[in-house]
Amino acid sequence: MTTSSSEQGVSLGMPQLPAPAYPDDVRARLEADARQVIDRYPDSRSALLPLLHLVQSEEGHVTRTGMQFCADMLKLTTAEVTAVATFYSMYRRKPSGDYQVGVCTNTLCAVMGGDAIFEELQEHLGVGNGETTADGKVTLEHIECNAACDYAPVVMVNWEFFDDQTPASAKRLVDDLRAGREVEPTRGARLCTFKETARILAGFPDERPGAVEESGSAGPASLVGLRLAKGETAPARVVHPRDGGPHDEQDRAVHDPSPTERLSAHDAPQETSASDPAHPAGPTAEEGE
Amino acid sequence: MTLAPELKDTSPEKLLAPVLSAFWDEDRSWTLDVYKRHEGYEGLRKALAMSPDDLIAYVKDSGLRGRGGAGFPTGMKWQFIPQGDGKPHYLVVNADESEPGTCKDIPLLFANPHSLIEGIVIACYAIRSSHAFIYLRGEVVPVLRRLHEAVREAYEAGYLGENILGSGLNLQVTVHAGAGAYICGEETALLDSLEGRRGQPRLRPPFPAVAGLYACPTVVNNVESIASVPAILNRGKEWFRSMGSEKSPGFTLYSLSGHVASPGQYEAPLGITLRQLLDMSGGMRPGHRLKFWTPGGSSTPMFTDEHLDVPLDYEGVGAAGSMLGTKALQCFDETTCVVRAVTRWTEFYAHESCGKCTPCREGTYWLVQLLRDIEAGKGVMSDLDKLNDIADNINGKSFCALGDGAASPIFSSLKYFREEYEQHITGRGCPFDPAKSTAWADSRTEVNA
Repeated sequence: MTTSSSEQGVSLGMPQLPAPAYPDDVRARLEADARQVIDRYPDSRSALLPLLHLVQSEEGHVTRTGMQFCADMLKLTTAEVTAVATFYSMYRRKPSGDYQVGVCTNTLCAVMGGDAIFEELQEHLGVGNGETTADGKVTLEHIECNAACDYAPVVMVNWEFFDDQTPASAKRLVDDLRAGREVEPTRGARLCTFKETARILAGFPDERPGAVEESGSAGPASLVGLRLAKGETAPARVVHPRDGGPHDEQDRAVHDPSPTERLSAHDAPQETSASDPAHPAGPTAEEGE
Repeated sequence: MTLAPELKDTSPEKLLAPVLSAFWDEDRSWTLDVYKRHEGYEGLRKALAMSPDDLIAYVKDSGLRGRGGAGFPTGMKWQFIPQGDGKPHYLVVNADESEPGTCKDIPLLFANPHSLIEGIVIACYAIRSSHAFIYLRGEVVPVLRRLHEAVREAYEAGYLGENILGSGLNLQVTVHAGAGAYICGEETALLDSLEGRRGQPRLRPPFPAVAGLYACPTVVNNVESIASVPAILNRGKEWFRSMGSEKSPGFTLYSLSGHVASPGQYEAPLGITLRQLLDMSGGMRPGHRLKFWTPGGSSTPMFTDEHLDVPLDYEGVGAAGSMLGTKALQCFDETTCVVRAVTRWTEFYAHESCGKCTPCREGTYWLVQLLRDIEAGKGVMSDLDKLNDIADNINGKSFCALGDGAASPIFSSLKYFREEYEQHITGRGCPFDPAKSTAWADSRTEVNA
């Protein structure tokens, strides 16, 4: 529908023509949504960030049409809207995949293995940072600290948490995404597409039944202090051991996963644990301790 | 008054004090039902029985200090709001948790969002506000989902909306998702962002208490600060002051991460030490020793194993030359290259610098150029003084604290690990193997075929 300015290069001649408008039905639907968003704020301009999420939920990225729509709704200039849209890293400015796979490469995750995961995923998918696989499924990115350092290394897919990853688990994850197999985050709900995620970010609650409950109350690492304080078993025995080894049938028999430890579909069927059996969520078992 | 005798005891039951995290292990801990089973919204009833001014005085007397990093007394922030000025007042909760290493507010909001909602109602009653905003970073959809639900539940139960619990208080709460910008954790940049602008910090004065959101009196508080208020009201300021120290009373969430045996959240009275936390939780990963750590995120000067016994409260950490910050205890063992760690943090600051002021925008860029060269073995000795010099030109000379934060890892790593920088220069490269630092480095099975 529209092309980004980067594709057009810099032209010193004619100014760009105004962006084409949304089709009438789309515009009517988005306007109704936008009014709801605007009503939440004493000053309409505050609705700009949510409205940019909203137009991103329509087209998968923020287009000139989307920015024109925001400007119209908020009585701003397109320059004012563009200035904001280009400041924040969550707004995409080019078409991208259904699943945004973000590998944390800030210091702690990078050191714990995020760098290795990101490198291997680039090689495995044949794409670089910010690029999308040819099938349009996966956009790979490195991201900054996502407030989950006690689950490092962390991978986010459409901003749901996939904790305690390894190169192997991350490769399985993207393979599952591309094959259309359902994957379950360690913390968060069943994945929806990037566009659907953007709608939640615009402030429209996830309406899928049960989505808010999924993955339980808290992840295992969030509970280690509490369990120690309650005098429950030492952390080493609270959750499964970190090493690989034979797992599953036997583990499952003795360890009935609590609501906080859900099995992850991208490891299914043969493996347990929230992420990768060789490196599951939570504290290590310390041999000889 | 203090816990000094008990601190000798290493049992976690005595050293830890789960309050906000006390029932995260229960099924559906994030719902109103479970929250109410744990005396949820009882603090609010007690607060509404006081006058707003008495309430502010009560929170001030409790000694609660901001948990977002700066440690400013929460009650005093509330007191700064001018009353009877005829303008709307706003409460803005800073849930833009993005400081590298910091991971406390996200699990708190995921497992117990109602503690924040209750705190918001109490705070708004105190400062006479009828509209509060929760500015949540956008990249955490699982938390956004639960905040949406908690706010819905609170409206339905009459804890938000019109005439809350018959008190005459009306309160609207708006959950606002950000869009990816670390700078928006800075309170005035957050306000600009919430007004629909690029997140750039504002000149102060005027302070937000006088001219904040929409140029109206505004309190900006961290999630954990506000979420701590209901328990203080419900259980009393004396109970709160019975934990921690005179100047740093109360409980807080410590987040242990990195090369430790048991990364996670540990809620304890202020003043616990890293040694105590490591002793109770299994220490560093087997066979390794602590090399360096941050007391409160990457913007707080790093510590080494010399600092294991520093009391982790505002004064203790300050006296040892760093800042308590967000209590993000990122622990790195001897396999980790300091130059690599600092380079990556500096790349982060350069990426997140908003561009408004020159020292930060230009300084972080040049720090990255120098550090990348040093890490790659292409540096020269004079680069080390240059690093120090550039950091010195950022620190204290930038528009906001992002610049100071960017200088912290440079200064502190040069102070404790200058030799390691020199090794990179004389040895023409990095002497460390990054594979040895990974979480799976020591596992028996080969993870990645």
